[in-house]
Amino acid sequence: MAGSTPASLTAEPGAAVQAAAPRFSPALDAWRRFRRHRMAVGSTVILSIMALAVIVGPFLWPVAINEIDFSAMLQPPSAAHPFGTDDLGQDLLARMLYGGRISLSVGLAAMMVSIVVGTLIGSIAGISRGSVDAALMWLTDLFLSLPQLPLLLLLIYLFRDTLKGLLGPEGGIFVMIVAVIGGFRWMPVARLVRAQFLSLREKEFVEAARALGASTPRQVVRHILPNALGPVIVAGTINVADAIIAESTLSFLGLGFPPDTPTWGRILFDAKDTLDTSPHWALIAGAAIFLAVLTINFIGDGLRDVLDPRRVL
Amino acid sequence: MGRYLLRRLLIAVPSLLGISVVLFTVLALAPGDPFGELASNPAVPPEVRLALRAKFGMDDPIYFRYVHWLTAMLHGDWGFSFVSRVDVDRLILQRLPATLLVIGSSQILALMIALPVGVIAATRPYSIFDQIANTFAFIGFSLPTFFTGLLFILLFSIHLHWLPFVFNSELNATGWRWYWEEFRQSIMPVAVLGMFQGASWTRYVRSAVLDVIRLDYVTTARAKGLREGKVVVKHVVRNALIPVVTLVALQMPAIFGGAIITEQIFRVPGIGSLLITSILANDTPVIMGVTFVFACLVVLFNMIADILYGWLDPRIAYR
Repeated sequence: MAGSTPASLTAEPGAAVQAAAPRFSPALDAWRRFRRHRMAVGSTVILSIMALAVIVGPFLWPVAINEIDFSAMLQPPSAAHPFGTDDLGQDLLARMLYGGRISLSVGLAAMMVSIVVGTLIGSIAGISRGSVDAALMWLTDLFLSLPQLPLLLLLIYLFRDTLKGLLGPEGGIFVMIVAVIGGFRWMPVARLVRAQFLSLREKEFVEAARALGASTPRQVVRHILPNALGPVIVAGTINVADAIIAESTLSFLGLGFPPDTPTWGRILFDAKDTLDTSPHWALIAGAAIFLAVLTINFIGDGLRDVLDPRRVL
Repeated sequence: MGRYLLRRLLIAVPSLLGISVVLFTVLALAPGDPFGELASNPAVPPEVRLALRAKFGMDDPIYFRYVHWLTAMLHGDWGFSFVSRVDVDRLILQRLPATLLVIGSSQILALMIALPVGVIAATRPYSIFDQIANTFAFIGFSLPTFFTGLLFILLFSIHLHWLPFVFNSELNATGWRWYWEEFRQSIMPVAVLGMFQGASWTRYVRSAVLDVIRLDYVTTARAKGLREGKVVVKHVVRNALIPVVTLVALQMPAIFGGAIITEQIFRVPGIGSLLITSILANDTPVIMGVTFVFACLVVLFNMIADILYGWLDPRIAYR
């Protein structure tokens, strides 16, 4: 506002007060509100530590994930093996770190898929009226009433071998799982985006843009979409947690990644047969999944307080 | 109410058709040829293979195949299991009661947790009780069902020896003893599923009650001199339940997913474990049948939710 004429005399002292007050920006305000949510802040710290551990951990703990040592089978945690060993004497810490990379990246990638698809469908439905909107919402409702886990299992059963041939055993399963999990999680996002669009497109600032001659794509991309993203980010956070659970579920049912790839769910699946003699194996894998999902849910809750204007809690 | 019911039934038909189209498309797009093995078999001449393909309608246009498949499904001709040589519909009917029992009782348990806890938490927002309930709800729906199941087995079966960890479908007991054994072995699957659902419903109930409890008509009810308990139960909860029913209906697919995992962990002989075993055994007709039954169940429960909705909020039914 430098150089502008003050509207009235009283604006002068007001400006002085404003200069003395701490600087205000939406990001700063959001951070201030997020900070009030203690669980969310604590969760961010824990999740960051976990993410850092799986990213740099394999460099700091350079034990092979598939080094079989029959002299050290099913050992409880010790100095040589901080998380113990599994039934083939493989080091669990190394396997957990490697598995965490897969589990967390599946979660993130599936979230991206669901957000992109959901935002696309929601925006198209929200901006176009009439039959397109009705058809897309019918599709959304249809997907919402599909039994997801059975279909997930069916799709993986039917297409597993083809994709394995195309992209290799690990890459193929990764693409498949991300696409399928993401493909079943976009509906809430689409509904949220559509609801936001319906109200935003009638707002004055959009009308102003329209009056200035902005094309529909420009109105959507520059004016409506940025304002509709708050709830989407919240839904996306929750989707990461859902996707991690979905991936672990598939691996736990023996239908996810190939047996020699240790994702957290797979480790839990392998561990369940020796639950009575060496519970540490299952407990460590389960605790990792639980901790990741819990912290992400708490962060999502904190973000909802910050970003979602229609928050209910 | 009758017309409303009829309309709900008619709405269910297109969604069932849509689901069947999705299922059929998945099946038709799937790589692999049922007669692929014959192609590499030198004893089978190519003409025979082509004749077989023509006989089974493999070369027909896709919409024709869809109509054919749908009429067969509607006639109850679901094919037979490759593994056990039993008709698919008989196999599923055998397994369905166990699944419905586990799901049904776990839903009741979830409601018994979620309703009181959610209502009490919302009537005293931000109190100690509310905060504890909120934390437990978060823990509850962040614990994946397969991990809770293993924890329960570890605690109650292995360490305490209280409960059997494998579901036995052929109990050799009669009368009250049979019911008692059945009850004992159902506790863990039902509790795992019920607690997971109950945790997320608690939050729904809490936020729905919070939305309603500040409305003017609730103040009016209090001002009339009604007791607080009556105000909450008769005035608040009934209206708060309307959005909860919607959310519960939306969660139905997830509930069936949870049931599949629980059945697998505790070896409950339901259609969920049937699905897993048939996937591991490449038993395509059973996989298709079970998936379709799951889809029908989801639509059915959505319909029940719609009917409940009409009962809770008469404005919807008479519009």
